[in-house]
Amino acid sequence: MLNNGKIAGFIGKKTLRLVSLLIVVCFASFMLIQSSPIDPVRAYIGEMPVTAEHKAKLEEYWGVNTPPQEKFLNWAGDIVKGDFGTSLIYRTPVIDVIKERFTASLVLMGVSWLFAGILGFVLGIVAGMKQGTWVDKAIKTYCYALAAAPTFWLALVLLMVFSVYLGWFPIGLSVPIGVTADNVTFFDWFKRLILPALTLSLLDVAKITMFTREKLIEVLSSDYVLFAKARGEKGLDLVLRHGIRNVALPAITLQFLGFSELFGGTVLVEQVFSYPGIGQAAVAAGLRSDVPLLLGIVIFSTLFVFFGNLIADIIYEFVDPRIRQQEASI
Amino acid sequence: MGYKAEIKTKKELITGLSTIIGEKEKAKALLKVEDLSLSFIQYASGLRQTELKVISNLSLQAYKGEILAVVGSSGSGKSLLAHAILGILPSNAKLDGKIEYNGEELTQEKKEEMRGKEIALIPQAITYLDPLMKISDQVMGCVEKKDEGLMKKFQREIFQRYNLKPEVERMLPHELSGGMARRVLVSTAVISSSKLVIADEPTPGLDEKTLNETLSYFKDMADKGCAVILITHDIEAALKISHKIAVFYAGTILEIANVEDFKNNGENLRHPYTRALWNALPQNKFQAIKGHQPIQDEVIDGCIFYERCSKKKALCSQGIPQLKKINGGVVRCNNAS
Ligand SMILES: Nc1ncnc2c1ncn2[C@@H]1O[C@H](COP(=O)(O)OP(=O)(O)OP(=O)(O)O)[C@@H](O)[C@H]1O
Ligand code: SF4
Ligand SMILES: [Mg+2]
Repeated sequence: MLNNGKIAGFIGKKTLRLVSLLIVVCFASFMLIQSSPIDPVRAYIGEMPVTAEHKAKLEEYWGVNTPPQEKFLNWAGDIVKGDFGTSLIYRTPVIDVIKERFTASLVLMGVSWLFAGILGFVLGIVAGMKQGTWVDKAIKTYCYALAAAPTFWLALVLLMVFSVYLGWFPIGLSVPIGVTADNVTFFDWFKRLILPALTLSLLDVAKITMFTREKLIEVLSSDYVLFAKARGEKGLDLVLRHGIRNVALPAITLQFLGFSELFGGTVLVEQVFSYPGIGQAAVAAGLRSDVPLLLGIVIFSTLFVFFGNLIADIIYEFVDPRIRQQEASI
Repeated sequence: MGYKAEIKTKKELITGLSTIIGEKEKAKALLKVEDLSLSFIQYASGLRQTELKVISNLSLQAYKGEILAVVGSSGSGKSLLAHAILGILPSNAKLDGKIEYNGEELTQEKKEEMRGKEIALIPQAITYLDPLMKISDQVMGCVEKKDEGLMKKFQREIFQRYNLKPEVERMLPHELSGGMARRVLVSTAVISSSKLVIADEPTPGLDEKTLNETLSYFKDMADKGCAVILITHDIEAALKISHKIAVFYAGTILEIANVEDFKNNGENLRHPYTRALWNALPQNKFQAIKGHQPIQDEVIDGCIFYERCSKKKALCSQGIPQLKKINGGVVRCNNAS
């Protein structure tokens, strides 16, 4: 029943948007790095002893003396071909580093995203239903407190309480000392996931709870809920029948729109908990002048956030039946 | 168990085996509203609390098998009257007076118990339907699993009778046309076995044909033994099908007249305002009344129509005129006889 022309238009528009976004992001980050005092040759050499001859070769390889615009075009050309270059600090292809790290981060983000979404939605529905009661006030206070707390601070508090005092979880290091990465059991890995995921989701919970609460209160004061009451519906049944239905879609949309904040939070949280994800790699790359890796990460995180927004747009334009209809009737 | 019995009576109503109403029962009002007042508590600037009076000293009765039209202009509180009877007023509303249903006082608990079963509302607009729920689910309402099949059958019968195509069942409210929406809203009342139906402004925006069709649904309901309260600002539409007309003005009812009283120059009408309304119609003298309704926060001690009345006496500004029974109707005017 969906209009094919509309779908084609949507895809075309979004592709154009993605391409232009990537070009701008690549160019901007390239320029930023270019004008910063990062010396890729020094970064690559690190502590290695090298001869002057070797160094000159490396300088040529990294194009220290080529003009920036030419360098950008060379680099961009490689990217288009799918070649992201070699990471200076890991000494493996950038694409491999990103694959491994992104997978770890996606697990972390996915777990907290789901957890936050479900918990936040339930809390929001409860608070909205019990508006003005102590339950509502307690939930609201919790949300305000969390919303005001900076991510890294929250991460540190959790780390101190659960890892240092209680000793329930390991402090940092994703792999226990003396165990090679291949031998990490699922349980070990899971234990390392809990605290970072909790930190990440707690903040998100506050946002989604408040949103769901507001939305439910709005729905409960609508004409159609009034009419449902006039027909004898009440209590939980009424909320389940009309509330959830009308709140779910906007809440899910909001969750997808939150991908950029989720990513930002991951960078910080991974740092505090030494979780080997993309955020940690990004910080390492920045601090240790790993230009190819940094640019690769910028591109992939842009894609990640873009797809979050894209899904939100798809829900908005194609899944919500009201909007679907409006378009058709114009 | 009780549900089955209910469904059976519904079935009778639907198949047209109309219940025969004894004269004796007819004489007893199904709904009796006495001296109803409604105000809103508002917090004006800071902590100052004000009371905004929207309905005052309103009395009316609705009888089985009869249509009572409540006619009044926009914003005069008609919807609120309906909401008051159903107990769905906002939390800052303060309600005084007495409402009786079938001889029993309608308390808030009683209202909650009755609504959707004994008393049905036909809402004013399509916004009263859930924008994301299929029409058939909304018309059927919240039903238990075991009754679903039966309700579905009722719903199909009603849709057929109201000329709603089967595809309407799967539509969402925004997909309905104006006429379809009216019929769907009416269906929600018909499917309940309610004996009292309150229709809030069911006619605006309808073309002549759809209007008459909609009106005929209410006539049907009354013929089958329901008491119908038809809330409207369209006196002409009301006159077509109603048995009695209650004239609603600034939150109160000034007169309840029989439909036969509306003829000639309105000499049988009891209240100056009703007469003025009648004479303002295009097919009559087409004479507009001067002035406007008092605003809600104006405090009026005396007849609410005083400012605009051409027959006022000194007595009229001192205290609200008593309700008088005259010639088979009631009126609130010192001058009526
Ligand atoms: N919650 C509220 N608080 C304060 N005032 C209210 C509230 N709800 C309604 N009112 C007032 O009560 C008045 C009557 O409203 P109501 O909807 O009953 O009018 P109506 O006669 O049904 O009008 P219409 O023909 O437009 O449907 C309105 O003018 C509005 O200002
Ligand atoms: S009571 Fe007096 S002022 Fe009011 S309508 Fe009757 S005559 Fe006019
Ligand atoms: Mg109204």
